[in-house]
Amino acid sequence: MLRGMSTFNVVAVAFGLAFLYLPILILVVYSFNHSQLVTVWGGWSLRWYRELLHDEAMLSSVWISLRVAALSATVATVLGTLAAAALTRFGRFRGRLLFSGMIYAPLVMPEVITGLALLLLFVALDADRGFWTVTIAHTTLTMCFVTIVVQSRLIGFDRSLEEAAWDLGCAPWKAFLVVTLPLIAPAVAAGWLLAFALSLDDLVIASFTSGPGATTLPLRIYSQVRLGVKPEINAICTILIAVVALATVALSLAAKRSALRGDPAAQG
Amino acid sequence: MAKTGHAAAALIRIEAVSKSFGGIPAVDDLSLDIMDDEFFALLGPSGCGKTTLLRMLAGFEVPDSGRILLDGTDIAPLPPHRRPFNMMFQSYALFPHLTVEGNVAFGLKQENLSRDEIAGRVAEMLALLRLQGMGARKPDQLSGGQRQRVALARALVKRPRLLLLDEPLAALDKKLRAETQFELVALQRKLRTTFVIVTHDQDEAMIVAGRIAVMNRGRLEQVGSPAEIYERPKSRWVAGFIGDINLLEGKVGKGGTTLDTVHGAIRVTNAGSAGTTAWLALRPEKIALAMKKPRSGRNAVPGVVTEIGYLGDISLCKVRLANGAVMQVSMPNSGAELPSAGAKVWLVWPATAGVVLKQ
Ligand SMILES: Nc1ncnc2c1ncn2[C@@H]1O[C@H](COP(=O)(O)OP(=O)(O)OP(=O)(O)O)[C@@H](O)[C@H]1O
Ligand SMILES: [Mg+2]
Repeated sequence: MLRGMSTFNVVAVAFGLAFLYLPILILVVYSFNHSQLVTVWGGWSLRWYRELLHDEAMLSSVWISLRVAALSATVATVLGTLAAAALTRFGRFRGRLLFSGMIYAPLVMPEVITGLALLLLFVALDADRGFWTVTIAHTTLTMCFVTIVVQSRLIGFDRSLEEAAWDLGCAPWKAFLVVTLPLIAPAVAAGWLLAFALSLDDLVIASFTSGPGATTLPLRIYSQVRLGVKPEINAICTILIAVVALATVALSLAAKRSALRGDPAAQG
Repeated sequence: MAKTGHAAAALIRIEAVSKSFGGIPAVDDLSLDIMDDEFFALLGPSGCGKTTLLRMLAGFEVPDSGRILLDGTDIAPLPPHRRPFNMMFQSYALFPHLTVEGNVAFGLKQENLSRDEIAGRVAEMLALLRLQGMGARKPDQLSGGQRQRVALARALVKRPRLLLLDEPLAALDKKLRAETQFELVALQRKLRTTFVIVTHDQDEAMIVAGRIAVMNRGRLEQVGSPAEIYERPKSRWVAGFIGDINLLEGKVGKGGTTLDTVHGAIRVTNAGSAGTTAWLALRPEKIALAMKKPRSGRNAVPGVVTEIGYLGDISLCKVRLANGAVMQVSMPNSGAELPSAGAKVWLVWPATAGVVLKQ
């Protein structure tokens, strides 16, 4: 492998990786900085992690963000999977093109517009902005991503497996649960994870739809950074990076395991 | 296997069923009875609607018109999972995430049977299909033949009234297919379940089935035992589809016992009313070759041998007649000398050798 690589290739790869990961690396390293000043190295320490434990506001934002992300990702996964099933199953139903177009629209819609539209809706409905409105907004945002991930798996799915389950005595909904779902599980899990990550990191839509009691983590970080970067922010970001990295590794391991079992679900 | 002398009512009665896709008929006004405990084959060329008919029986397709009766009751209101039929899919459709045992037990688990009963019936079925010791494997760890048997076990373990098989042997190699055909027949005799097999392979249908329905373009051409369909086809199309056939066109003579052809009057039986156009259908093995014109009794038409092919058990001979038509004759290779290409010969057959077809 290495022998075939020219110096140019090695440099290009190194440069590319550095471009991607250097900022993150710096952030991680500085989260262990003892110094009060972000730009001055004062030796290794867990000081900011300790401080984080006592920052009630920050901790409550973490909690809110996790709850919003988990709940909206779950709802988005259910709705998105059903939409994907409808789009792939019912062949050509009346209005299929319109339906799939509507599913994909939020993907290309500028977030500011989605956020504004949701804000107008909530105002019109006279809904108090807070936890529930952010959750609903994030479900709207992430559902189409789940649909795309699950749909790409369902397109290669052998329909006769589901028919075999009907034939053996399963009602259609049960056949979907016991045959289709286990086989597309890696795609559904990937969709959930994507939705979770998108929700966790969303700032724009949350800023339109959240209220005083429900400051999500990105909102909190953003408002604090405007007052100057505290090393504590680095610490919380490092934790977030660790969580996301672990989840990604776990997911790809699970996918690899089911691929080794010869499960076609992982190869779609 | 069709029980004769037994006035059994039909298990399945298909009444004037039609189904079209996008305006193009796939099954067209088809009526058919399937008896209890028979091995029934749906035979026809690709695209003639066999699978569509099978899927309507299973409930995956809904007929546009007509009815399907089970024991005299319309089954239209029953969705696929409520029909006492099971299907073996052409692709087998084994669940890749379940073991062989899990696949076979799947249908029984939907019936809320006790654990012991399920385990017992699964084990019994695995033994019947020579799958012992493979229960813990996943489908992708099996050979094609084993997968085929798992698919069969999974469908049979539910003890269906009707087993539907869509080209069950298409994916097997020739030798395995021939063995499996006999196994299927033995299995059907043993279990006494009604089997309906779909195939486009006429030899397969002849070997396994007690009765065959020959389909063409969504319509039924003929239903009967393999011998009936082979010996007494109802139309030129059926005669040509099942095996090789020679056709001689002519006008029916007085009394319906002769056919006036370009080769002269040919003696036949049961040709019908005089003056109508008809075709004499002759199987290649029903014709004999003679070097000299036989004296009387049998029909004799002269010709010239154009080709001769040695096939091991038989030889196939092509003979050109005076009007340019080519007839096929097959002869068992029993040591007698074969004519050579270019030889002048007589084709000889008795009046009872062929059937006269009106269409
Ligand atoms: N779901 C469908 N949508 C549209 N057309 C269909 C559908 N299913 C079958 N057809 C058409 O109906 C006709 C009959 O198809 P069918 O599958 O029943 O044929 P078959 O006899 O089983 O052929 P084969 O031996 O090739 O499997 C074909 O012309 C086919 O293209
Ligand atoms: Mg077919």
